[in-house]
Amino acid sequence: MRIRVDPDKCEGHARCIALAADLFDVDDYGLSSVKVDVVPSHLEHAARLAVANCPEYAIEIVEE
Amino acid sequence: MEPVKEWATDFDVLDPGYVKDPFPIWADLRSRCPIAHTDRRGSTWLPTRYEDVNAIAHDIEHFSSRDVGVIPFKPPEGAELDGGDDPLTYGLPPISADPPLHTWTRRLILPWFSHRRVAGYVPMTRSICRALLDRFASTGHADAAVDYAQQIPVRVIAHILGVPEEMSDTFTGWVRDVLEFAENPERRSDTSDAFIEFFINQLVLRKKEPGEDLISSLLQAEVDGSPIDDSVILGIVVLLLVAGVDTTWSSIGAALWHLGGHPEDQRLLVERPEIMPSAIEELLRAYSPVTMAREVAQDIEFAGCPMRAGDKVLLTFAAANRDPEAFVEPDTVDLTREHNRHIAFGAGIHRCAGSNLARMELQVALEEWLKVIPEFRITDPDQVKWAGGQVRGPRVLPVEF
Ligand code: HEM
Ligand code: SF4
Repeated sequence: MRIRVDPDKCEGHARCIALAADLFDVDDYGLSSVKVDVVPSHLEHAARLAVANCPEYAIEIVEE
Repeated sequence: MEPVKEWATDFDVLDPGYVKDPFPIWADLRSRCPIAHTDRRGSTWLPTRYEDVNAIAHDIEHFSSRDVGVIPFKPPEGAELDGGDDPLTYGLPPISADPPLHTWTRRLILPWFSHRRVAGYVPMTRSICRALLDRFASTGHADAAVDYAQQIPVRVIAHILGVPEEMSDTFTGWVRDVLEFAENPERRSDTSDAFIEFFINQLVLRKKEPGEDLISSLLQAEVDGSPIDDSVILGIVVLLLVAGVDTTWSSIGAALWHLGGHPEDQRLLVERPEIMPSAIEELLRAYSPVTMAREVAQDIEFAGCPMRAGDKVLLTFAAANRDPEAFVEPDTVDLTREHNRHIAFGAGIHRCAGSNLARMELQVALEEWLKVIPEFRITDPDQVKWAGGQVRGPRVLPVEF
């Protein structure tokens, strides 16, 4: 699985890093980015939760 | 105040029934008139569906933040209307600003409340909570709102701003005058003066002796090569106090009110502390304290409603967060809820700049409370008092343990 954060949509709610600190980084201004190339299989559930909880619909699964 | 007979066409957010229990009113409106209207305090719209609240929060072109007050400010009788010597020339940026002022003022403060920086405030927040608990833990009873919830955020923000913690009670009084007693023009106006005078003096002090605090950093910051106008700094600092205190205190209080009435949830958090993060999000969703206003900037027909320039729209994030279209069983508080795209902190460019701090405070406040008081109940539900309007939360909450 691969995921991405759309920087134009992300407003820095930080729900993603709270749910999956191993998958996301947020900078000093709250902008989130994905820090892994491929989501390790044991973190796929966490990745789906991040997608489902982001209030800006900024996270998408680009490859299952 | 005229009692409300028809919520769809004549609502009043200060109606005592609405302040105490707005949820059935929103549910009723959502099913038959999802955007209600009133002419009390000027022409005002009240969307109750998640989709509409979220869309308006994102449409900054039609919905301006130049007046975000839920209760319009009327100057006291006979007061002279200001002729331009208002020290808050720029309002309270970034909350009362549209871009471009919004953009750069927001960027100035975001790093102070970043995910990483907030982790550094945890030990301070824990020790504030413990000291408060020490005062009443052995007595078997307390007012969880006044003795605990109310005391925490004001101390944390005083520390970040670098102003004396002893000022806490004064600050709390000022913030309540501005937000909670907004209908009383004298109170609101005298307080604004005291507030501004205090911070003008703080700016003068910091210019002479800069510290490591947020106020000093704003005084030293440059934007496009020039220092920032003092009235912008003043606006930012006053905003941080106004935005950071009543809000967070209300959400800590509402969380304790919920737990006080749900012993099974107290037990769940004590036995499974690892669910705390989802519990925090659920409590924020179910008891979202903040309503913000927008001013319609240009005439627009929104979801069939003819909104005119100058009308107000109330972004009732709490109503959005109880919409059955957006949440499964929205009126059930499930501390383990996994799908929870709530917007208690707003959405779009004005997303709460203090949301990391607020979440941390709520989590630490509950953890420390449950460590010392793992079981408690509300002494008498009839004594509990809620405040509403811009910020909803319990103001009197007697508990025993
Ligand atoms: C549970 C506690 C809190 C809640 C529910 C809350 C809620 C909100 C909401 C809904 C907004 C959006 C305003 C809008 O769209 O017009 C907002 C903005 C803001 N909040 Fe909070 N807030 C809380 C705590 C805090 C704290 C602790 C601080 C920091 C000291 C803070 C600082 C701000 C600031 C500076 C803004 C303006 C952001 C902007 O306009 O870009 N808030 N808050
Ligand atoms: S939850 Fe969404 S909006 Fe928030 S930081 Fe993550 S990606 Fe950005």
